[in-house]
Order: sequence, then structure tokens, then C-alpha cells
Amino acid sequence: MRNPFRRKPGPMTASDTSDVPEQTDHRPPRRKMLSGPRVIMTITAFAAIYGLIAAKLVMIGMASDDHAAALEVATRQVSASRPNIVDRNGEVLATDIRTSSLFAEPRHILDVDDAIDALSTVLPEMKQASFRSVIRSRLSTKAGFVWVKREISATEREKIHRLGLPGIGFIDENKRFYPNGPLASHVVGLVNVDNQGIAGMEKYLDDKTDLLKVNKDGKLPPEGLPPVKISIDMRVQHVVRDEVEEAVKKYHAVAGMGIVLDARTGEVLAMVSMPDFDPNDPKEALDKEHMNRDTAGVYEMGSVFKTFNSALTLDTGKVTLNDVYETRGGLTIGHQHISEFHGKGRPLTVPEIFLYSSNTGSARMALRAGAQAQHDFFDKVGFFRKLDTELPEEAMPRFPKRMSDISTATMAFGHGISVTPMHTAIVGAAMINGGVLFNPTFLPRTREQAMASAVQVIKPETSADVRYLFKINAAPPGSGTRAQVDGYRVGGKTGTAEKVDHGRYDHDKRRNSFLAAFPIDDPQYVVLTVLDEPKPEKEGASAVAGLNAAPTAGNIIRRIAPMLGVMPKFDPAQVTASSN
Amino acid sequence: MVDRMDRSPFAQWWWTIDRYLLASFVTLIVIGLVLSFAASPAVAERINADTFFFIKRHALFVIPSIAILVGCSFFSPRYVRRIALVALALGIVMLLLTLFIGQEVKGARRWITVAGISIQPSEIVKPAFIIIASWLFAEQHRRSELPGYLLATLLLAVVIGLLLAQPDVGQTLLTVLSWLAVFYVAGIRMLWIAGIGGIGVCGVYFAYITFPHVHARVDRFFAKPVAGPAKFASDNFQVQTALESFTNGGWFGRGAGEGTVKHILPDAHTDFVLAVLGEEFGILAVIALVSLFAFIVGRALWFAFSEDDPFIRLSVVGLATEFGVQAAINMAVNLHLMPAKGMTLPFISYGGSSMMSLAFGMGCLLALTRRRPQATRIVAPINGD
Repeated sequence: MRNPFRRKPGPMTASDTSDVPEQTDHRPPRRKMLSGPRVIMTITAFAAIYGLIAAKLVMIGMASDDHAAALEVATRQVSASRPNIVDRNGEVLATDIRTSSLFAEPRHILDVDDAIDALSTVLPEMKQASFRSVIRSRLSTKAGFVWVKREISATEREKIHRLGLPGIGFIDENKRFYPNGPLASHVVGLVNVDNQGIAGMEKYLDDKTDLLKVNKDGKLPPEGLPPVKISIDMRVQHVVRDEVEEAVKKYHAVAGMGIVLDARTGEVLAMVSMPDFDPNDPKEALDKEHMNRDTAGVYEMGSVFKTFNSALTLDTGKVTLNDVYETRGGLTIGHQHISEFHGKGRPLTVPEIFLYSSNTGSARMALRAGAQAQHDFFDKVGFFRKLDTELPEEAMPRFPKRMSDISTATMAFGHGISVTPMHTAIVGAAMINGGVLFNPTFLPRTREQAMASAVQVIKPETSADVRYLFKINAAPPGSGTRAQVDGYRVGGKTGTAEKVDHGRYDHDKRRNSFLAAFPIDDPQYVVLTVLDEPKPEKEGASAVAGLNAAPTAGNIIRRIAPMLGVMPKFDPAQVTASSN
Repeated sequence: MVDRMDRSPFAQWWWTIDRYLLASFVTLIVIGLVLSFAASPAVAERINADTFFFIKRHALFVIPSIAILVGCSFFSPRYVRRIALVALALGIVMLLLTLFIGQEVKGARRWITVAGISIQPSEIVKPAFIIIASWLFAEQHRRSELPGYLLATLLLAVVIGLLLAQPDVGQTLLTVLSWLAVFYVAGIRMLWIAGIGGIGVCGVYFAYITFPHVHARVDRFFAKPVAGPAKFASDNFQVQTALESFTNGGWFGRGAGEGTVKHILPDAHTDFVLAVLGEEFGILAVIALVSLFAFIVGRALWFAFSEDDPFIRLSVVGLATEFGVQAAINMAVNLHLMPAKGMTLPFISYGGSSMMSLAFGMGCLLALTRRRPQATRIVAPINGD
């Protein structure tokens, strides 16, 4: 650095002594030698002091970044913009509404009590002593950001704004709104108060897609995020919910489920689990009773499993439709005895075993095919693992750790193994669609996309046999007769499982189900209905699946088949019969 | 504008004055005036005065201050010494008077009223004392028969005795530190430094145990900050609030007039004006101001380094140290780097006596740092004056 004060050597410097010789004598050179470095020391000391002050300022500046960050994080979180969720026809299931939330920066509040007094003129709840003390303690901190009240009305916002309180501000929030309320609550899911998905497809959007990443990057397109289309058909969903709700009421069931799948693609068109909740009121979702039973609950499905038993045993070739099995006297394996539900008292053919839902016959079929064949089949169709849908709510099936004759025998008629209703429905679809197992999905997909990841689990011929079994079972004297809908050729299998209560099967508590497909000559859709603990419709009547779950499925099919464009077909004999 | 051949006093002044220092001082005064608009209306409203009460007064002080600053810078070094001697004598007399007729404010007698104007005599004594002390030290360099060191030490004893009697620990500290800087540069032996250092530590300890307010302030500095608005108007409250205002401001500030700290801090317009600057204009602005102070002190001391004349060198060191330490103490208190100490921020804080005293001191500094031809450089030749 150039010294600004240094003088150029002039005519009167020490070296030129001819004019003013005394100049040199006036200098105290020794002193200069001594004190020069001391001036430098003084400068150094000042540099250190001012450097310290500057360093402290930089530290404060960096701390202030943290404070600013708290506000920024809050702003980003709450204003997180979410895409609309629409059904397969574009109808809105979930959307964002903009609201305001009140926050405070306690460091900027001049007088906490004055501020609370002023706010309580607009927000009367602040006058309550308990509420006031909470707010007071929150505002008395030195935090950079605290919430005062979330989601206030526009009028309240305007009034508070006019109070002109320093340290009080608003953040525009996106509040999630579900215009159809509980209609598809278990599929769509819901968000928390920060607009973050916590269940269903909402959580899927947060966890599995980068759609919401734009919020973090701040690169939200001005027109908003593109809507997310899901596979649900709102009309079908409405019918299923309506019918299941009705059935739960009519049969005094504790819960009811309904699933409609596209048998050709594995898309879920409707999924209902009653009781459900209104996602606009998140408190309801916390109730354990409101859980999603379709994918997060596992149950012994009972006789519905005879569909799978028939398919897997026929597929081995060791069992054919013409085989006859003894059903009299039940079947004793070790200490366990399998008895008949609707005993016929004679040996039955394979279709008869299906039709009369013979446990003994099914068990004998399974033992004939072999435990290994059953195990391989259950493993192949996914009964030993969780579903892999988009929903986060998925339960692990329960099954015996070791194979044994008794477990093979009971699993043949759906006991000793618990799977979700969704497992049942998607494998049911594979049984009648030519043997193709899809991964069930809540996102729309084409047949080609579906086939790309599909697995052939049984031979097409076996699938044709199952369709035949379904068909005869939904006509008199089959247990599924009450599910029949004129013209739509319904086929299906009932299941009446006794519920396990305190470790024992309770004969009075049942879980009834009906697995249906239509039109059965060329199945397009699979419908599964489940009723938990239905009571007899009339005193003294039976409460078997054929009397409640089956007619519920029939009611659903009657209403949705026309919507889905399934053409009714009447064979002349039937038309004549009904017209008589 | 002014011809180099022009030999008028103004032309000579213009070509010899250190314009960087002059511009820096004027900049500080302008910043002070601007900040007074930001900080003082809130204070005025709190004491139910006219909104612009302090702004008007501040502006009123600025005019004579600039006059004093520029006027003093015209002095020759010899005249600087003479005027300082007069000011010192006058100041000491007034300091004595404060003990008897001073107005007691917050437990201290620091002000006297002369012809309706409140004056703080310690402000007059501060720069005058350091110039005279420098002269005494310089004299010993030239004429060993004059016991300059002894006289300077006695003078210090008198001045700090009077200041402590008020009591005014802050001004005492500042005066002692400036005197020590001069003594240090004058060539004090290292042994003495150790001794004086010991005395200094004892002195601070003495102040700590003697003056209750010093005791309390030091204790509070080391105490953990108390959350909540518990201690209103206590100096710890002021420091904590000041510290938060910097955090509020962040790097770029909340914008002019957007600050809230000025509504709470009783001394927002005086000792804590830096906090107002920080909140409204940001930490970067504060750093710029710190740099300006550092520039002034550094440039003055660098001049002292390259100056050969003992009196000029010592008095420049003394005045620059006084200025620099005062600014540093004020900023350090604002940033909670040291216990609370009533100290104005030079040229920025509101306060007539303080500003005019600084104008006098810095005017003298400008006079001493003027470029002089070699012939006139030595103002006190050894062989007679």
C-alpha cells in the first residue's frame, strides 16, 4: 500500500544539510525507531477490535438467515401446491382452495398482552383464559416464527390486518378440499394441516412422484400442476358405496367392503370400505374403525377360496371336472375334523363341490393336487406377500409358517390363511380372465400396459372351467343365485367364514363375501362384496353370504353394468321364462 | 476551483487538508442526520415531545459542529496546542463546578447549565486533555529538563479524579485508554507497560467493587439473557433488544422506517442508534459504517506513523485512539461484546456536547494531518520556540 502521507524528498531533507543544517539535529532518530513499530502495533490493535466487531456482525447475519429460513420453510410448507386428483372421467375428487393463516414473529411484537387484546377483538376464543395463556407463552418467546391460528376467514383476515399490529402477519395457505366428501376417501386419502399427504393417493403423490418437488424448487407452473387422473370411476364408486352402505344398514353389519376391478387391466374402478370418513375432517380418519379394510385389513375369506382351490387343482391336471370325491362323514386329519356346511350325504363331482360349497370335497381336491402345488400357486398369485398398489395402506397376509396336510386342507376352503379383499379380487380376476394376473392399480392404464407386467398364473382352459363353475353357481340352485342380474350374465362364488373370536371360531359371527364376475361368458369386470358380521334380515332366517353379500353384489352390477357399457344379452328361453 | 498558486489561507487549507478524512467526517455527520429521522421520532413520541423535536435539535447541532470541524482544521499545530490549553483549563473549571451546581441525572452530576445551554464539561476536557498530554510527552523528548511524563501523569490523575467524582466511568475509561496509547507510542518502557497494565486491572476491579451500577452492568453482561419482556428499561434489556434488532434486520434490513426496535429502546437515538441502523438498513450497512470508522482511525494512525514531529505524532495517535475507542465501545455494547457503557457513536448519535466535542477534536486532527512544507513542519524546535 502506498503511504498517502509520505513526502517526496524535497530540498530540505536530512540529506541536504547545506541550507538548514540544524534540521537533522532536531530529529529524534532513536525515538522514531522505537515508536514507529508501536504506532503499527496500535493500528494492529484497532484492526483486531474492528475485525472482531465485523465478525460478530457476520455471525448475527448468518443467524438471521436461520430465522428468515424458519419463515420461509413455513411459507413453503403451507403453500405447498398440490395437483387436483380427478377420476378416470376427469371429475374432481380433490382440489386446493386458498386460505389465510395467522402467524406471529414474536421478536417484532412490541407488547404481547396488547397484541393479544387486540387480536381477541377479532378472534373471540382468545378471551378464554386457557387459550390466552397458551398464545401468550407462545408469543413470549424470541422465536422468529410461530403460528397463531391456522386457516382464518377472509373477514377475520381483513379485520386483523386493520389492527396494524407489528409482528403479526398472514401466509396464504393452500387448503385441500374434497368436494365429494367421503365418497372415495380410502383411495384419495387426505393431507395434514400443512397440505402434506398422509394417506391414500395423496401420500403416494408426496412419496412416490416428483410432482410436489416443484414446491421445493419454487418452479410451480403458473397454470398450476397438471391434474392427476386415477383409475376410480366416480359413478361406479358412488353406486358401490351406496349399496354397501345400504347393506351394512340392512343387515346390521359392523363393516362392509366393495371392490370393482376391470378384469382386463387390473384397474380399480371402485373401492369402498364402510365405515369410511370425510377427508375434509381429518379427525375422522384417525378413528381405527375408519381404516381401509380393502387393502390394509387381512381376513379369512372362507369359501370364496374354493374358486382358487378349484383353479389350482384343475390346473395341475390331477383333478378334472368329472372327478368325484367323497364328502360323507367329513374328513379327519390328525386331531382335526372337517365337517360339511351344506352336507349332501353323497359323493360329489367337482362342479357339485363348488356349487354346494363342500369343505370336505375341496379339502380332498387339494390333497389330491398336493400341498406343494397349493403352496406354489398361492405364492405365484401373491397370497404370501403385500400388495404392490400405489396406496401406502397395505397389510401383509397371514398364512401358516409350515405346510401340513391340515393347513392344505383348510386353506382349500379359505381358512387358516388371511389375505386382503383386494388380494381376493385381483386373483379372482385372474381366475376368470384367461389366467392373467395383474398388479392392481389405482392409476389408469391401457390393456397393453397391463399385459406388459402381467403374469400367466393358470392355463386359459382352466380359467374357462372356473368361468363355467362361476356361471352354474349364480343360477339355481347355486348359492350366488341372488346376485344374478337379468341380461348381464353374472357368475360368482359366495363365502361364509366364521370369525375367530378369542382364539376360537364363533358360529354366530360371520364374515360373508361374494366374488362375482360379469358378463361371465366374456368377463370384463370383477365385483367383490364383503359384509362383516351381518345379521339375518328377518328373525329366524339365515345370514349366509348368499342372502346378503350376493344380493348386494347383484344390486351393484345391476346399476353399474349399463354405465360401464356392458351390453345386456338375453337368451330367448330366459326372456320367455321371465315374461311368463 | 482553487488555484495552486493562490496563497490565501483558504487555498492553502484546500491544498493541504486531508480530504479523505474530511469527507469521512462529513459523511458520518450526514449519516447521523439521516438516522436521526429514523430513530428519534419514536423516542420523541414516547416522551410526549414534538415528533421532530430531536431531529430539529440534531440539525441545530450539525451546523455549529461542521463549523467547528472546519474552523479548527485551519489552525496551525501551535495554535491547536494553545486552544487546547484554554479548553482544558475551562473544562477543568467546569468539571469542578458540576460537582457543586451540576444537575443530577440518573445518579450522576455530568451537566451544568451555562446561559441556558446544558453542557457536559467532560466532553470539552476529553480532546483538550489528550492534546495537552501529547504535548507534555513530546516536550520531554526535546527538553529533558521539563518533566513531561510526570506532568502528563499528574494531569491524568486530576482529570480522572474529576470524572470519577461525577461519576462517569465510561469517559474515564476512554480518557485513560487514549492517554495510555499516547504514552505507549511516546516510548514507555515495557516494564512500565506491565506495571500500568496491573494498575489498569486493579482500576477496573476497583470500579467494579466501588460503583454499584458498574457492578450490576458487568454482572448482567455475564448473566444468561432473560427471556421475555421482564426487565424493561434495564440496560440489559436494551442490549438484548439491540442484538435482536440486528437479527431482525438481516443482511439487507427491513427497509427505512420499518424498524420496531426504536419504539422500545429508550436510547434508540443516542447509544443504540447502531441497532436502528442494523434493523432498518441491514448488517451490510452496519459493516460499511464499521469500515468507515476503521478507515478514519487507520488513516490517521498511518499518518502518525510517517510523521516525525513528536507532538503531531503523539496528539494524532491520542485523538485517533479516542475517536476509535469511543466508536468501538459503542458498537461493542450494541453487539453485546462488552458490558453496557454509556458511550455515543461519534458524529452519529444524538447529543450536542458530544458532537461539538468530537468536531473540536477531529478538527484538530485535520489541522495536524495537513500537509506541511518541511520548513514549517517542526512547530516546536528544540532551540527555542
